Amino acid sequence: MTLSFARENRIASWHFIIAFVALAIGLLFGPLQVWEHTGIKELNFYPYLRAIGIQSYYQGLTLHGVLNALVFTTFFITGFLTFATVRSLQKPLTIPALSWAALIIMVVGLLMAAVPILLNQATVLFTFYPPLKANPFFYIGLTLVVVGSWVTGWSLFATYLAWRKENPGVQTPLIALGSLITMALWQLCTLGVAVEMLTMLIPWSLGLIPGLDPLLARTFFWFTGHPLVYFWLLPAYISWYGMVPKMAGGKLFSEPLARLAFWLFLLISTPLGFHHQYVDPGIPAIWKYIHAGLTFAVFFPSMLTAFNVMASLEIGGRARGGTGLFGWIFRLPWNEPSFAAQTLAMIIFAFGGISGLTNASYNLNLVTHNTMWVPGHFHMTVGTAVALTFMALMYWMLPMLTGKPLRWPKLALAQGWTWFIGMALMANGMHILGLRYELPRRSLIGALPYFNPEWTPFLIESAIGGTILLISSILFFTVMIGTLVSKERLATAVEMPVAEAYEPGPAPKWLDSWRPWLAGALALVVVGYGPMMVQLIAQSQWNVPGPAGRLW
Amino acid sequence: MIHIDRYEKIWIGFSIAMLAGLLIAVTVMAFGYGIQLPVEFGRVDPKTVATPGVSPFGEPGLRELAPGKYDAYVLAQAWRFTPNEIRLKVGDTVTFYFTSTDVQHGVKITGTNINMMILPGQVSRLTHKFENAGEHVVICHEYCGAGHHTMFAKIIVEP
Repeated sequence: MTLSFARENRIASWHFIIAFVALAIGLLFGPLQVWEHTGIKELNFYPYLRAIGIQSYYQGLTLHGVLNALVFTTFFITGFLTFATVRSLQKPLTIPALSWAALIIMVVGLLMAAVPILLNQATVLFTFYPPLKANPFFYIGLTLVVVGSWVTGWSLFATYLAWRKENPGVQTPLIALGSLITMALWQLCTLGVAVEMLTMLIPWSLGLIPGLDPLLARTFFWFTGHPLVYFWLLPAYISWYGMVPKMAGGKLFSEPLARLAFWLFLLISTPLGFHHQYVDPGIPAIWKYIHAGLTFAVFFPSMLTAFNVMASLEIGGRARGGTGLFGWIFRLPWNEPSFAAQTLAMIIFAFGGISGLTNASYNLNLVTHNTMWVPGHFHMTVGTAVALTFMALMYWMLPMLTGKPLRWPKLALAQGWTWFIGMALMANGMHILGLRYELPRRSLIGALPYFNPEWTPFLIESAIGGTILLISSILFFTVMIGTLVSKERLATAVEMPVAEAYEPGPAPKWLDSWRPWLAGALALVVVGYGPMMVQLIAQSQWNVPGPAGRLW
Repeated sequence: MIHIDRYEKIWIGFSIAMLAGLLIAVTVMAFGYGIQLPVEFGRVDPKTVATPGVSPFGEPGLRELAPGKYDAYVLAQAWRFTPNEIRLKVGDTVTFYFTSTDVQHGVKITGTNINMMILPGQVSRLTHKFENAGEHVVICHEYCGAGHHTMFAKIIVEP
């Protein structure tokens, strides 16, 4: 019996369309930023953008961050997890209306937030730290996007519960398990930003309360802000563990440890937000130190992933006739655009992980905090490990959703490589500029009064990298649009690749049991955040009104 | 229990040892060598903190505590630091106090380990000993509006 996922495909397709339109607009600002940073007047195009309503570098930067890091990721992930969960469980959504409602809430929220940004009424960057005060619709809109993503999660949970009832004792398939854990983590960690929005930013921007406490607002924000990166990353891991080994012609080396990695992310991801506040006043050293330890702990499941995914690729390379210590690498299907791009994303991610570990290292953060090192880091992680993997997923999902073969696979292959090369150059330049020359992040570098010509070679390296990334983006959208408008039809339907386990047999019960992990995650949040949160709330003084007028 | 491959066991051991080793290194640097982060110090009312007589930020600048030992009170506002130039002698030890009267700012003093967020309502404090002659840029590193990039100050250390 073949199931029809036509309805789920329609839901996922809408998510993907919105995600990639957001990405297309958001990406355009990236090169404008690195070109401006060079300090070369002819490369600063912001003055011309006033004609189309973009008033400043900072408005462009807000669009770049909100559209790429918040809108693209959230819409893609809610779509992809819906797409993958129903196939992994072999069960259509039980309450599809819930998923449609979720999509509508998210779209309404997106439109509400987009209008003030485009009108230069919300130039507060994607971290929207108060008391820079945006138009209330910006905050209400972003809140609705998050609420909509919760509802998508509820729809998946409902489907899972129904599946569980029909399949007692059957082990949850890995792809579904990873998807559901990602959604559970998201429900838990977004409580922080929900409290910030509902008790502080929305009433304050509406004039209902006169002031707020910026430190408390930052603490709520970063309660969500770090696990947010695992919400971005885990869908990529679902592909790396659950799908890429199959594309490589191999099997998942250790399925139980893959499950363990997902559970560990649920367990540890949330109580470590103070590592974004190492240099904040008002937080005792001991709490910053505890969160440093927990941040190191959450690096562990990524170390597990590195070994497990690489071993799975090796199985594939050897099955394809590769021999010797490294010979198997060359036998991998490097001519497959989706495989190649995801494998290149993994390589960049290894370096992104290292620079992230530096940021996490307590007082070492004094050297890198808010320097160009930080955007260098997250362009390798969310900007490549996540974004390039998501683009690569489209190389097989789009043919599957449209029934049309991927147009110009050579261009798609070039897209992965140009992203890899462009990002390597840009991130390398940014890391050096941050570490050696202490350049600040999120600043109009070319106009800095203390601009130093010694920076120029690395600014140009970054600008060349950014230009290559622009070419890569154009290649990606060319392939997408080319496939969409193509008249060709696939002879045989494409299936979602699902990697088999190298050693079959169900994992132990504790790796398919929600209660202990959820209870552990909640307990760790209470222990890791509870005492300090109570103290910060008790001491909070809601006496910061913010500036009288707009500062941008 | 789950079966774990021998090489994977080695990798797990290596991962745990590496992360534990890095945490130990950080701990030694923080508590052995005293490279400290800014911590809780005190709250102020951002509406009155810059009023002379209410707090030391009313008259920002250097205060000599003892020969070669100073407190520096610096006010951060969109888009300037007050004072915007501080002159020191080699060997001076300065404890910096920053606060903001409007929005969030940040400060990194180039060539030092001073890197802090500056929040309205909070005082950020760190100490540094200036061992060499030269100039340091006091950079605002948190976005604070249209003129953010023009917000900086200078520290000049004379021989």
